[in-house]
Amino acid sequence: MKITDDSPPVLTALDRPNSYIGRAVPRPNLKRLTQGRGQYVSDVTLPRMAHVAYVRSPHAHAAVKSIKKTAAEKAPGVIAVVTGAELAKVMTPWVGVLTHLKGLKSAPQAPIAVERACWQGEAVCAVVARTRAHAEDACELVEVAYEELPAVVDPETALDGKTPVIHSSLGDNLCFERKLDVGKVDEAFASSDAVVETTFVTGRHTGVTNEPRSIVADWNEGEQRLTVYQGTQAPHMMQDLFAKHLGLRHAQVRVLTKDVGGSFGIKVHTYADEMATVALSKLLKRPVKFVADRIESFVTDIHARDHRIKAKIGVRKDGTITAFEIDDLTGIGPYSVYPRTSGIEANQVVNLVGGPYTTPNYRAQARVVFTNKNVMCQYRAVGHPVAVAVTEGLVELAAAKIGMDPLELRRRNLIADDAYPTQSAAGLKFEKLSHHEALAHLDSMMNYAGLRAEQKKLRDQGIYRGIGFASFIEVTNPSAAFYGVGGARITSQDGATVKLDAQGNISVHSGVTEQGQGAEAVLAQVAASAFGVPIERVRVITGDTDNTPYGGGTWASRAAGIGGEAAWQAGKALRANVLAVAGAMLQAKPETLDIRRGVVVDAATGAERLPLEELARVAYFRPDTLPSGVQAELMATRHYVPRGWPFAFTNGIQASYLEVDVDTGFVKLLKHWCVEDCGTIINPQLVDEQIRGGIVQGIGAALFEQCLYDERGQMLNGNMADYLVPMAAEMPDIECGHCVSPTADSELGAKGAGEAGTAGAPACVMNAINDALRPLGAAPLTDMPFMPGKILAALGKV
Amino acid sequence: MSGTALDISLTVNGERIAERVDARTTLVDFLRESLALTGSHVGCEHGVCGACIVRVNGEIVRGCLMLAAQCDGAKVETIEGLSDAGEITDLQTAFEQRNALQCGFCTPGMVLTAQDLLQRNGAPTREEIREHISGNYCRCTGYQAIVDAVESVAQTRAGAKK
Amino acid sequence: MKPAPFAYKKVRTLEEAVALLGEHRDARLLAGGQSLIATLNMRLSQPSLLIDINGIAGLSGIAHKNGKVEIGALVRHVQAEGNELIAKYAPLIARAMPHIGHPAIRNRGTLGGSIAFADPAAELPACLLALDGEIDVAGPKGKRTIRAQDFFKGLFETTLGPQEVLTAIRVPAAGKDLRTGFAELARRHGDYAVVGLAASARGDGKKLSDVRLAYFGVGNTALRARKAEAALAKGDIDGAVAGLDLEPYDDVQATGAVKKHLAGVLLRRVAKQLMEPAA
Repeated sequence: MKITDDSPPVLTALDRPNSYIGRAVPRPNLKRLTQGRGQYVSDVTLPRMAHVAYVRSPHAHAAVKSIKKTAAEKAPGVIAVVTGAELAKVMTPWVGVLTHLKGLKSAPQAPIAVERACWQGEAVCAVVARTRAHAEDACELVEVAYEELPAVVDPETALDGKTPVIHSSLGDNLCFERKLDVGKVDEAFASSDAVVETTFVTGRHTGVTNEPRSIVADWNEGEQRLTVYQGTQAPHMMQDLFAKHLGLRHAQVRVLTKDVGGSFGIKVHTYADEMATVALSKLLKRPVKFVADRIESFVTDIHARDHRIKAKIGVRKDGTITAFEIDDLTGIGPYSVYPRTSGIEANQVVNLVGGPYTTPNYRAQARVVFTNKNVMCQYRAVGHPVAVAVTEGLVELAAAKIGMDPLELRRRNLIADDAYPTQSAAGLKFEKLSHHEALAHLDSMMNYAGLRAEQKKLRDQGIYRGIGFASFIEVTNPSAAFYGVGGARITSQDGATVKLDAQGNISVHSGVTEQGQGAEAVLAQVAASAFGVPIERVRVITGDTDNTPYGGGTWASRAAGIGGEAAWQAGKALRANVLAVAGAMLQAKPETLDIRRGVVVDAATGAERLPLEELARVAYFRPDTLPSGVQAELMATRHYVPRGWPFAFTNGIQASYLEVDVDTGFVKLLKHWCVEDCGTIINPQLVDEQIRGGIVQGIGAALFEQCLYDERGQMLNGNMADYLVPMAAEMPDIECGHCVSPTADSELGAKGAGEAGTAGAPACVMNAINDALRPLGAAPLTDMPFMPGKILAALGKV
Repeated sequence: MSGTALDISLTVNGERIAERVDARTTLVDFLRESLALTGSHVGCEHGVCGACIVRVNGEIVRGCLMLAAQCDGAKVETIEGLSDAGEITDLQTAFEQRNALQCGFCTPGMVLTAQDLLQRNGAPTREEIREHISGNYCRCTGYQAIVDAVESVAQTRAGAKK
Repeated sequence: MKPAPFAYKKVRTLEEAVALLGEHRDARLLAGGQSLIATLNMRLSQPSLLIDINGIAGLSGIAHKNGKVEIGALVRHVQAEGNELIAKYAPLIARAMPHIGHPAIRNRGTLGGSIAFADPAAELPACLLALDGEIDVAGPKGKRTIRAQDFFKGLFETTLGPQEVLTAIRVPAAGKDLRTGFAELARRHGDYAVVGLAASARGDGKKLSDVRLAYFGVGNTALRARKAEAALAKGDIDGAVAGLDLEPYDDVQATGAVKKHLAGVLLRRVAKQLMEPAA
């Protein structure tokens, strides 16, 4: 197949003669990665750098009675053995709460557990040595006396009277509770022709980033300055937290993030072992490196999506959905993760169920309870996969119950494309979505009628294929409504500085970060377009708190929409500054000039007047030749924060086509489609690839991935042979299509696209499996992941 | 006799190397730590993810499942060497054009595996490509772009352009 | 996950290997290392000495002689995968090869290592059982041959003595009436099987005799389902499935009940293969 060449520019209101908006240009930072010359944090070495390994609790809940360090301290290569009590003198603990999640409570968490370990894998002691291998050897010599305590493992009973309370200071194991009741839900159900009630389970799973969490902390005692190389999504946030918990000023802390081997939300959180590593560097006055190995990653990287949702939908014979109701229970770890909290995921579930639909009647209850398993927090598409699985699962069960085609049922209930601005029953404000246009596009893209015909034909031959859909909305470009209002020092604004260098090329310094999704490319495209240079003349710098404007980093699909807008504005501002100088040099009015392809031109005719290299030479080296009163300002910084809408919602619809082997329960994925509306598309190839990668992650949730725990709170499958991630041979080709509803909250009009794939994929795979098995009378499957055994059980074969 | 440290001599990317290694040091850790060839990555240390794949005596192997000690007298090639030698330029370019990499962590192992496939089978089907890279974990791309890139290189090498 | 410290010695002869095993009771042999090094990295195993046998000559041959196919212990999977003798005279092994791990693993992993490691979910031990193979070993008391059916004792446990080295495996060369069948269910290509079945029989049209059904992924070792074999020899597929003599345990991939059901499904698929005349 032919690789997509650079596609022709799409004419939009943003069009400029050499605009890169809407073009599939290859990312400029890829050569170093394909040559193996990237710089991941796990690659970083510094002089006198030591390595830390952590002694971790083998128990889900245990008092730490004593720690004997002497044998470990004498082991070869060991520099220090440090307990939680010792580290507490260097670093203060933290609590993961937000005031806008009313009632959210959690206990203080220390970088290394003091007196009590609350999950299997929590660090109880640090061993710092010349090599990681030496540190691991010495860890085996640390003698920890544990007294096992009863572990809370079942969220269903976590709030029962006889279940032990993990943190007595909190009074119970309830972290957060949310209730919502809008419209007239009971009346709606009573007036329905059919009501479907079921329970969904989304299995606890985790990110499995290819590069594990990595950090190199370097406290320089002479400079009184901390430099941290960290594979984090939010360097400024971490700068603030390191400063806060070590008692430093921001100016004393620099966080650097170059290449990151995958994040997906896993690396936007504050981890005890990473904080401990930073504290150890300060304590020992030398660089300390921590790279989580794969085994410890499974019990320390945040888990996500461990929900049991009792759900109900009412529908009338004409297809009108009358009401949604959910009761969501999620069991997180023993601490709410800091600073974004572990209440957000359930809060999102409550917010998002029913979101695409006109149904005004909705009741929801969500409880987030503490357990003695690994901590849980935001992971790609936060809450959406759960909410969409529930909503879209109910929608297709309702369709089946009244004998209506599932796409038709959606047509009758999706918010009309001309109904905006509007809001959902849960109060989410929508600027402009395109549910119907997307559905129509999907219908034709996948040749739905043709697939149904094929399905029927094959069914008569005993081959069971299924088609499943998922409509969804997606939170992107968050304002301060997400975290800031709750008191978190997480910025929702972002900034970009664009500088013209002495050769007439530009650099863009941005507060968003790159983890492979293409933020650097998007920023380069935007700045090149706004300013007027070929993209080869743009260099992007991200991931350095010393050298970028204060920014939020990358999360909640904000890099293109928010980071991009700041770069757009900064590029425009620099163009204006440069044209002011050009006007002085050419004795022309700046408004009659433009910059195109690196040259100052006559705006009306395009005639070339002055190359940028020449303008830069004069401005930097011959300012004596400029008219008096003219001061060249060849650097511009602009910030942007969405103010018109709390979130820029996007919408999409996905479909899965699969075959179930009804003898073995194995599922073969044949094809997958997604139509996504993320507003202005800056780079269509990058958007499509985000969607594909996100869909495959969602497929992992639907079919393969689950963190399994036993009744003692021990994780049973914490390695890559037993925890199954999607690999190439089982994945389908994925076709992507688009609608475009730009947001008016920014000039670029770009919304986010990074998480939509993951939001919808689990739901439509589930729906496709149920569609395949329905004619066989199988009970609908709603308990993810759909392992062969569950399918066989639904078919009555085991 | 035997010891926990031993001297090895080998070539790495054509360069003669003589080093003392701990017996327990894996090949990938030796390359990354002793030779600062950090292009080969460590993702799991139990032979599942493929991020550590390098070439030993012309064959792809998982660098986390071989000891440096076993490579005495061996010819080792890493992504840096293959890249500089120009052997995989078309694959690298195809990956870049097609965005068959996002974070890039799996990419060196993936490219070496793709090259291994194309050296054995000049006209692989998409299914054969997927099967050959089925031991290379990518969390970012969902694999399709990688299959596209490898397929296009296969076609170009075979002299057939669609 | 770095291994605990160990010493390392590369040996040139079997005698050296055997002698070292005698001197160091917790030494381990290093052949392909595709299973061993992973367990060392995870510190599931902490030997004091690794004896690298990759340099021992004479263990890497594949030969067809005396009506048997003899495969040296150090033959790599990739070597076997492409070998004409194995394709022609040990087709069951040829069928199993692409299921073993992935290309990078097959370049290093050895057939001898796979048999000696005896993972209950691995393909080759089951193939050996299905073919009534033999295993040659060398030890302090000299050489001996062990029948496959006497080799696999328990979970990762074989009848190899503590000082013995596996040197070759041997299977009867396929004759005109040899039928083979192979089917494996794995969640992902190259994974260890959830359930797998390697089978051989003598066939005369659709009539089968000498049926050998060797399951993997269903117990502590590869297992013969003898009652099912007898039923198949009588042509009774339904009876074979209904009376399938397996009691698989639960594991993280599937419950015992699911494995048993899948074993029955595989039995039907493999029975069909066995009943086809060989190509």
